Amino acid sequence: MTPLLDVRDLIVDFPTRRGVLRAIDRVSFDIAPGEVLGFVGESGAGKSLTGAAIVGLLTWPGRIAGGSVHLTGERIDTLRPDRMRRIRGRRIGTIFQDPLTTLNPLLRIGHQLTETMLTHLDLTATEARRRAVVWLERVGIPDAPRRIESWPHEFSGGQRQRVVIALALCAEPDLVIADEPTTALDVSVQAQIITLLKTLTRENGTAVMLITHDMGVIAETADRVAVMYAGRIAEIGPVAAVIRHPAHPYTDGLMGSIPTVKHKAERLRQIDGSMPRLDAIPAGCAFHPRCARAFDRCLIDRPGLLAAGATQAACWLHAPEAPHG
Amino acid sequence: MADPPMVEAVGVTHEFDVSLPPLRRMLSREPRRFLRAVNDVSFSIARGTTLGLVGESGCGKSTVARLSVGLYTPKSGEVRFEGQNLAEARRHGGARRQMNMIFQDPYASLNPRWRVSDIVAEPVRMYGLEKNESSVRRRVEMYLTQVGLVPSDGDKYPHEFSGGQRQRVSIARALSSEPEFLVCDEPTSALDVSVQAQILNLMRDLQRRLGLTYLFISHNMAVVRHMSDQLGVMYLGRIVELGDAETIFQRPRHPYTRLLLDAIPDLDHIGRARTPVGGDVPSPIAPPPGCAFHPRCPLANARCREEVPALVDVGGTRVACHAVVEERGSDGALG
Amino acid sequence: MSGRAFLDSDVVHAFRQSPAAIASAFVALVLILSGVLAPWLAPHDPTDLATLSLLDSFKPPWPAAKAEWVNLFGTDSQGRDMLSAIMYGMRVSLLVGFCSVAIAVTLGILIGLTAGYLGGAPDTILMRIADVQLTFPAILTALMINGIAGAALPRTMRDSMQVPVIILSIGISLWPGIARTVRGSTLVERDKEYVLAARVIGATSWRIMLRHVLPNVLGPVLVLATLGLGLAVLTEATLSFLGVGLPPTRPSLGTLIRYGNDFLFSGQWWVTIFPGITLVLMVLSINLLGDWLRDALNPRLR
Repeated sequence: MTPLLDVRDLIVDFPTRRGVLRAIDRVSFDIAPGEVLGFVGESGAGKSLTGAAIVGLLTWPGRIAGGSVHLTGERIDTLRPDRMRRIRGRRIGTIFQDPLTTLNPLLRIGHQLTETMLTHLDLTATEARRRAVVWLERVGIPDAPRRIESWPHEFSGGQRQRVVIALALCAEPDLVIADEPTTALDVSVQAQIITLLKTLTRENGTAVMLITHDMGVIAETADRVAVMYAGRIAEIGPVAAVIRHPAHPYTDGLMGSIPTVKHKAERLRQIDGSMPRLDAIPAGCAFHPRCARAFDRCLIDRPGLLAAGATQAACWLHAPEAPHG
Repeated sequence: MADPPMVEAVGVTHEFDVSLPPLRRMLSREPRRFLRAVNDVSFSIARGTTLGLVGESGCGKSTVARLSVGLYTPKSGEVRFEGQNLAEARRHGGARRQMNMIFQDPYASLNPRWRVSDIVAEPVRMYGLEKNESSVRRRVEMYLTQVGLVPSDGDKYPHEFSGGQRQRVSIARALSSEPEFLVCDEPTSALDVSVQAQILNLMRDLQRRLGLTYLFISHNMAVVRHMSDQLGVMYLGRIVELGDAETIFQRPRHPYTRLLLDAIPDLDHIGRARTPVGGDVPSPIAPPPGCAFHPRCPLANARCREEVPALVDVGGTRVACHAVVEERGSDGALG
Repeated sequence: MSGRAFLDSDVVHAFRQSPAAIASAFVALVLILSGVLAPWLAPHDPTDLATLSLLDSFKPPWPAAKAEWVNLFGTDSQGRDMLSAIMYGMRVSLLVGFCSVAIAVTLGILIGLTAGYLGGAPDTILMRIADVQLTFPAILTALMINGIAGAALPRTMRDSMQVPVIILSIGISLWPGIARTVRGSTLVERDKEYVLAARVIGATSWRIMLRHVLPNVLGPVLVLATLGLGLAVLTEATLSFLGVGLPPTRPSLGTLIRYGNDFLFSGQWWVTIFPGITLVLMVLSINLLGDWLRDALNPRLR
């Protein structure tokens, strides 16, 4: 089956006067139709940038400096901005962390929904309006026929994010890029939004690229997960395998450092140090200075993704000739 | 009690004036309006232990944090530190040195124009704890080392550090006056998980080594469980459940506590489907009457809509819920 | 900040990238230096009456016939060398400019910090005063204070006190803008956690305002001070042009322009045009520098 989204060797650079910072370094992955691919990583790992690069929303001076992005076989990273705008919204929906930046505060939400549908779908105004009410009901806004006339500020944070989800899905895109969709919300509301996103995308067969720093959200929602570190994918594979049998030492450390409500640990496992800044990414494997299992090759050679059990990990420990122990 | 608590809150209530400015209030004929951020909150923290406070935005946990170090004076009730009224003691310059605070935002909590060594030294200089500059410097270096930084980091400015390292600087500053009581207001919620683990481990090590007492505030149940001996759950200004942390985590009684625990995504249940409790946190300016949780509570009835439940002892923990006391809908009701 | 860090900073980099900033900094520097160093650089001392000769009066500027190159900009009705008069005049203008800006900045910072940090009644009262004063043009405020001081001072002291009075009146006319900006930044800073951290350990309001908040609100003040300098020089020139400024014994650029104005239509244009051009150059270069500094320090425009 051809993948819905195919990203090959994507490179994103930020030219600065002190030299070019490589924020995304040869990232490759694909998303199948209807699949939920999670992206986790620490802040600055490049997960949000990857999403922004795919939809052509990199902030200046960032630019795609290499690689390719294909959407159902069509190359989209080289499209002109006006063509890209057609794809954004129609083929790829977006959900961002802060619903206030997505909703126009000066327009009623019904207007924003119908406008989106009229732009991208071949509908009459009455039909668009009818669908807008249906969408509001589907995302769980009570009293939708009346609320459609409301302004964004009249909704609570959780409800606004529901409206944003409706807005992202109403043009029936094939793929939704959701960047930290629950981070700004309260814990009890987060669960509602994640459940909603999961249910709706499953009903519509929409694929999701779910970007979050919260491994728990990934565990509940995603089919596969990509773990990013310093602008590269450290590990990618089915969620269960990555969580239960992490193959990359970074993923392993990350899992160990998450406290759990299930029991009280005396100490959390910690990864010492912190992720390198973009202007000081070490040679070889970017993780080697913090890795307890690093050996001489890790200091020189950058590992590509290697098969490691059910997942793929960018780690020399999984090379056939690697020292085990 | 044989050992008197180190910190004690007794019926503490705090309000913020959220009315319009006087002139506009007169023109629009609006009355003064107050936001009751903290409502009749009582707890006590024994020396060397940690009380965790959890709750969502607007529940008043940060206000409790600030009340506990004396940044605010309660409108009614009192905060006691080692048996004496905190507001009173601070007015006479007492109790200050024995307490300090760690903040949430590692970017805003350090003055960007100050060198790290000056930031860490400020409490030392304020209280005149060292006689000369060279011993101030020695003390600063000692605390920088203690939080896992190197003495030469003192010459740098905050922007030269990562979020986790800044939080270490914050901890060094909090420790430099040798306090006994630390109020930690969401100290790791702005950090990545791997860095959060470093900071949480550090804080527990320091507690053990220095015999510190913590008031630890967070919205993250897992983090609170990791840190706390005692636990308080807050909802819209009130403590709804209070008691031994292990007991509460093993047997949460208040419907809100159960909701919070249920809301946490679970690494052990991959792809789990669930039915989350609906509704948003209401605005603290106009809280619902009766039990503030009743609009979202699956067990609520007429009594909950009218009568504010008091904290009562239920099987070892203190719970403010009519349903729990009446044994309405026993455990199965929330799934 | 060490010297190397400063040279490597973004502001210095932005400066090197901006020809307008380099040009205006160069012009401003040349003018300020020639004003400050006038007693050593100027060909004549225009205040030394003994060297003046009426025979030298109204010489045209240098390339014209009958002109001597030492009188580059010509001479005035008293036979004073215009170049020297302009250099000395700039000295006075700059003295008034810098001193009045210093007064405005000090007042503005103290009032803005107090209003912003304390809030409540002090804030309301101080800012309403600032608002009221902002509704008057700065020149009007300065005129009023100047008039009051002139009436209050005994006649014998009036001349000797003229410079301080001008400085004070211009300084007072300029503070509200600075105070407003400082108050705005203070409101942002005062709720940051580093300020709370200082309050927890019992730091006094004064200590927090001066040691913690002040260093973080100085950036915009620097910009306003630069722009204020241009305005102060201009205000002084206007006051002197109107005849209520500095005495003719210590002529500033404004005095020179007013004085030369009488001869503008009788052919001796240079007596007023050259001080005028100097004033324009000075105010323009300083203002361009201030504008550039505002953009360079604004992270959103970077």
